[in-house]
Amino acid sequence: MSMSRRTAAWGRILALLLCAGWLAPAGSQEARIQLGTPIDEDQLSGFDLIAAPDGSGMPPGAGTARQGRSVYELNCLRCHAVNGEGVSGNTVIAGGDMRSEELPLRTVGSYWPHASTLFDFIRRAMPADAPKTLSDDEVYQVTAYVLFLNGIVGEDESINSETLTAIAMPNGDGFVDHSHLH
Amino acid sequence: MKELQWEKAAGNGLLNRRHLLQLGLTGLGAAGASAAFGQDAGAILQIPEWSRMPGANASAYGERSRYAGDLQRMAGTPDPIYPGGGSSRTPLQFLQGTITPNALHFERHHAGIPDIDPAGHTLVINGLVRQPLAFSYENLLKYPMVSRINFLECSGNSGALLRGGNADGTAQSLHGLLSCAEWTGVPLSTLLDEASVSPEARWVAAVGADAASMGRSVPIEKALDDVLVALYQNGEPIRPGQGYPVRLFCPGWEGNISVKWLTQLKLMREPAQFRDETSKYTDTMPDRSSLQFTFPMGVKSLITSPSGRMNLPRPGIYQVTGVAWSGHGAIRRVEVSADGGATWAEAEMQAEPGDKALARFTIPWEWSGGPAVLQSRAADSAGNVQPVRDEVLAARGTISFYHNNCIQSWGVDDGGAISNVYV
Ligand code: HEC
Repeated sequence: MSMSRRTAAWGRILALLLCAGWLAPAGSQEARIQLGTPIDEDQLSGFDLIAAPDGSGMPPGAGTARQGRSVYELNCLRCHAVNGEGVSGNTVIAGGDMRSEELPLRTVGSYWPHASTLFDFIRRAMPADAPKTLSDDEVYQVTAYVLFLNGIVGEDESINSETLTAIAMPNGDGFVDHSHLH
Repeated sequence: MKELQWEKAAGNGLLNRRHLLQLGLTGLGAAGASAAFGQDAGAILQIPEWSRMPGANASAYGERSRYAGDLQRMAGTPDPIYPGGGSSRTPLQFLQGTITPNALHFERHHAGIPDIDPAGHTLVINGLVRQPLAFSYENLLKYPMVSRINFLECSGNSGALLRGGNADGTAQSLHGLLSCAEWTGVPLSTLLDEASVSPEARWVAAVGADAASMGRSVPIEKALDDVLVALYQNGEPIRPGQGYPVRLFCPGWEGNISVKWLTQLKLMREPAQFRDETSKYTDTMPDRSSLQFTFPMGVKSLITSPSGRMNLPRPGIYQVTGVAWSGHGAIRRVEVSADGGATWAEAEMQAEPGDKALARFTIPWEWSGGPAVLQSRAADSAGNVQPVRDEVLAARGTISFYHNNCIQSWGVDDGGAISNVYV
């Protein structure tokens, strides 16, 4: 191989490495592939649906149980029935008592440790046959309604990211972190 | 033929595993296996028909032999109240070895199987990182990959057996939320390094692109250890029911945390407290406190043949076989009992057991024609021993049904019929 052909071959290899993203970051001995496209958090406002107990990820908006009743009747009643009594084992979303003598009925009200989970879950997964069709305000309203059905908030209490995350759920201290890692 | 002296290894007919090397064992395998020989020892063997004519051409996509039995997953009936929700179970009693064929790998979905075009699929890493990143499927395929053979078990597997009742079923219907495959993908740590994780990040919230946007929180220790962003299963692109185009795979941990159709990984200080790590997949104890984040699946084993709803045709020698696994490491030993746990004999492992993978055991057994209770008991490399059902019930009660790893008892009646029994 002549000198010039060899140089051209190396040039091609280098070009290939560059376009495949194989680059050696400064100070690193080994070449590492880095193909993630940098993005900003504000590009994710409609994508990142995680609404956490510390309020992070909770969108603006608010609602009361009184407003939520009609949202519920239109979007939830067909599967969760009147007062959240449910139509099957896994659709009961109100009532129950963790201290009952018999097998305790575990629902949002009796079992769930965090109120944020209710907003997070309804926004991402409910209604089960048409998920992600409610506006953020409607999710706050129906969240308030499910909490009201469980006797946790009043009918006219405004539920927003602050008031929701401030709620102490009845079974809030009922859980033990079993991961043995923390 | 000379009379063999079978050496007994434990009560009610369990034989020394050395005898596996000798002739005369009957396995109860997939339906339809005909006994060309053995049935009629005096037969004169002929060259069969299929050796006298050319066979079929090579095919583009292989099928099982039409004589090999109709191996099917067992899927629940669709429920309009729970669209796409439910599971399908692996036919454990008809499989051998340790790898589950992809078409028979168990499934559990919370809102159905999405039909994802990878060209429109994105995996985002955000939250407590120096640089949030988005990865296309095409680019994920360009990273160096690793392969691991690991079991996957739903933490609800075998759950019905804790509450008792008439659990008359097969290995598939009672324990079929268990499979094992070779998973290939990019170590999660590689992608997290690229985004540069902030020191205060303790959890990675993983979210799927299904209609439920199913989410689970993974502790950072595990995420940086052996978790894969998996792209291939047993050599082919992961199938839609397993999370095509990309799933999380957390070796040894309850199945639900290996989030399918993976689309987001968010680095957080605390767990996201998703519905499927609070309302579900948590275990309420007799004192009404509830265990959250029970991740590794406990050491467990199961006799797959003979097993529930099979029939032993006649007294004689059978090959007892099954699978063992542990989320805490590799299987070290499996013992088998034919008298409901009174005496035990060590089974032979068919291959060197792998870390957090299914292991196959086998032991010969001479069925006298009388009643028997077959059990298996596994021990793992971390020193855990599989508990009996009463131990699990005493420790955990019956409010919850997840994470049941108790010993399975198969009763054999004097007609040879086999069913689940509680001892
Ligand atoms: C088509 C039927 C259907 C509709 C409509 C529906 N749900 Fe559900 N919902 C379900 C099913 C089924 C589950 C259980 C899902 C599972 O176990 O994975 C569920 C679960 C839930 C849960 C969690 C229960 C638990 O204890 O874990 C909540 C809360 C909930 N739904 C609220 C709502 C709200 C609010 C609406 C209306 C905006 C709604 N659902 C509409 C079927 C439905």
